[in-house]
Amino acid sequence: MSDTLLFALEATLNGLTAGVMYALVALGFVLIFKASGIFNFAQGVMALFAALTLVGFQSGQVPFSHLINAIFGTKLHHFGWNMPTVLAIPATVLVMIALAILIERYILKHLVNQEPIILFMATIGLAYLLEGLGDVMWGAEVKALDVGLPKGMSGAVDDMTFAWFGYGFYIDRLELWAAGIAAVLVASLTVFSQYTKQGRALRAVADDHQAALSVGISLRFIWVLTWSIAGIVALVAGIMWGSKSGVQFSLSLIALKALPVLILGGFTSIPGAIIGGLIIGVGEKLFDFFMQPVIGGATENWFAYMLALVFLLFRPQGLFGEKIIERV
Amino acid sequence: MRDIQADDGYMTADGRKIGGVAMELRNITLRFGGVVAIKDISFDIRWGEIRAIIGPNGAGKSSMLNIISGFYHPQEGDVIYKGFKRPRMRPYEISRQGIARTFQNIALFEGMSVLDNIMTGRLHHMKANLFQQAIWWGKAQREEEENRAQVEKIIDFLEIQHIRKTPVARLPYGLKKRVELARALAAEPAILLLDEPMAGMNVEEKEDMCRFILDVNDEFGTTTVLIEHDMGVVMDLSDRVVVMDYGRKIGDGTPDEVRNNDEVIKAYLGVAHE
Repeated sequence: MSDTLLFALEATLNGLTAGVMYALVALGFVLIFKASGIFNFAQGVMALFAALTLVGFQSGQVPFSHLINAIFGTKLHHFGWNMPTVLAIPATVLVMIALAILIERYILKHLVNQEPIILFMATIGLAYLLEGLGDVMWGAEVKALDVGLPKGMSGAVDDMTFAWFGYGFYIDRLELWAAGIAAVLVASLTVFSQYTKQGRALRAVADDHQAALSVGISLRFIWVLTWSIAGIVALVAGIMWGSKSGVQFSLSLIALKALPVLILGGFTSIPGAIIGGLIIGVGEKLFDFFMQPVIGGATENWFAYMLALVFLLFRPQGLFGEKIIERV
Repeated sequence: MRDIQADDGYMTADGRKIGGVAMELRNITLRFGGVVAIKDISFDIRWGEIRAIIGPNGAGKSSMLNIISGFYHPQEGDVIYKGFKRPRMRPYEISRQGIARTFQNIALFEGMSVLDNIMTGRLHHMKANLFQQAIWWGKAQREEEENRAQVEKIIDFLEIQHIRKTPVARLPYGLKKRVELARALAAEPAILLLDEPMAGMNVEEKEDMCRFILDVNDEFGTTTVLIEHDMGVVMDLSDRVVVMDYGRKIGDGTPDEVRNNDEVIKAYLGVAHE
């Protein structure tokens, strides 16, 4: 096998694992969009907030310590203990559920029957609020996140590919884990939405609010449920991206990478989010691999958006989205 | 405190038993801003009867149905259900009290199959908790099976076996109306509200729908309140008719009484109608 082909194959595999990370973020968007028709601009910040909270719990940080210190002149910073990860993750899940309840109570409830653009604006506000809240609660410095997931080159993949091709592929173990966890997450979400009462109610609300009310479904409960699930997905995305590149403000910007993924996969399709993520991941890496000698590096910064633009021209509903047909 | 005198009902000419008062609407007034949609209307609905609400466009019929199902809340007046004054409730709470409805412009879950749509009608008959459902064990499994059996019965009854697995979006209009009726029936409602169940149907579909409404009433004794434009249909189907015009009630009684009511003839049936 020629070297170029091998390198391209390696780039493809790397692209697939990176794509899973994009898909994780896109998944949170799709869940909320399907259930409430809201494009949740705050999804990326929710991932950041969840990761910050997790690190805070793990390292026993005192929440709002800077604020408390500034007001009362105290010198609080840490409780002096470390919470084990198995406790910190459920605790963070609880925080995300509480957040979902607050969002429903103080934002969504008051905006029922409003135009989607108004709700979208509300989520922009929510994004800034959460960003500030995260800073005030846990501080703005870059933090390392370690939940015990393996990192670094995967020796097994290296050995295996070396035995096959005489060239060892470099694949990050963290990304392999991310792929596995994403698969489990998607499978359980699918089972939940297809086979449980709440899942059926969720799909019903996504489809038609009025009809859902008429069969006795409480919209408020379903919204809290959706936002809780989106919060948990944000936590998973936050853990993965946080472990990879540290918990910092730029984490919230991965939400922007989810946009092209959604345009490719369609805003309403869970499989679409996965496939869209994979296409973007692989496309990015391969484009970079083949075009770098011609047009230089850093194509990863813009390739996804260009691909999305091309898609918008030819298939605006995405690969798996619902085609919008308007009767006139 | 019960708010209604005992009342045993009566037998109809065709031998169906009509019970006492199920629901009483008392001095209902509904305003949207300055527009008075419903003006001081009172009438009652008896157990087991088919009660029609008719009137020209904009008379306030749908608004009346929306009040019964809790989508609107009247500014004045009370809804007395099963003998008790009903407090202000949300539509989903009212649905859980056994009041099911269909909509004028079909409100089905378009992306879901016919079977799934009808299953949503049984959501509040399922009591298993999230955990039991997640592991599909014990109560959850038993419930799902019981509910499926009930849904299959309704599917048989309404003769829609052939489209069970079809996504609703692909169905023609007449069948969608029938699926919506099936979903409402799946809830085993005490009172069934039908908002123009036959609008936009051809003659054959209308005949089918008429038959289903009568069969449902006959078989399950379901109290039915319906809004309909087709006068022939209304007069054939219903036991009693309320006539509305410009938000007021102008007639109330058996089809024969209503047909001969001068005000009704003037306002609705009009001269040279049809």
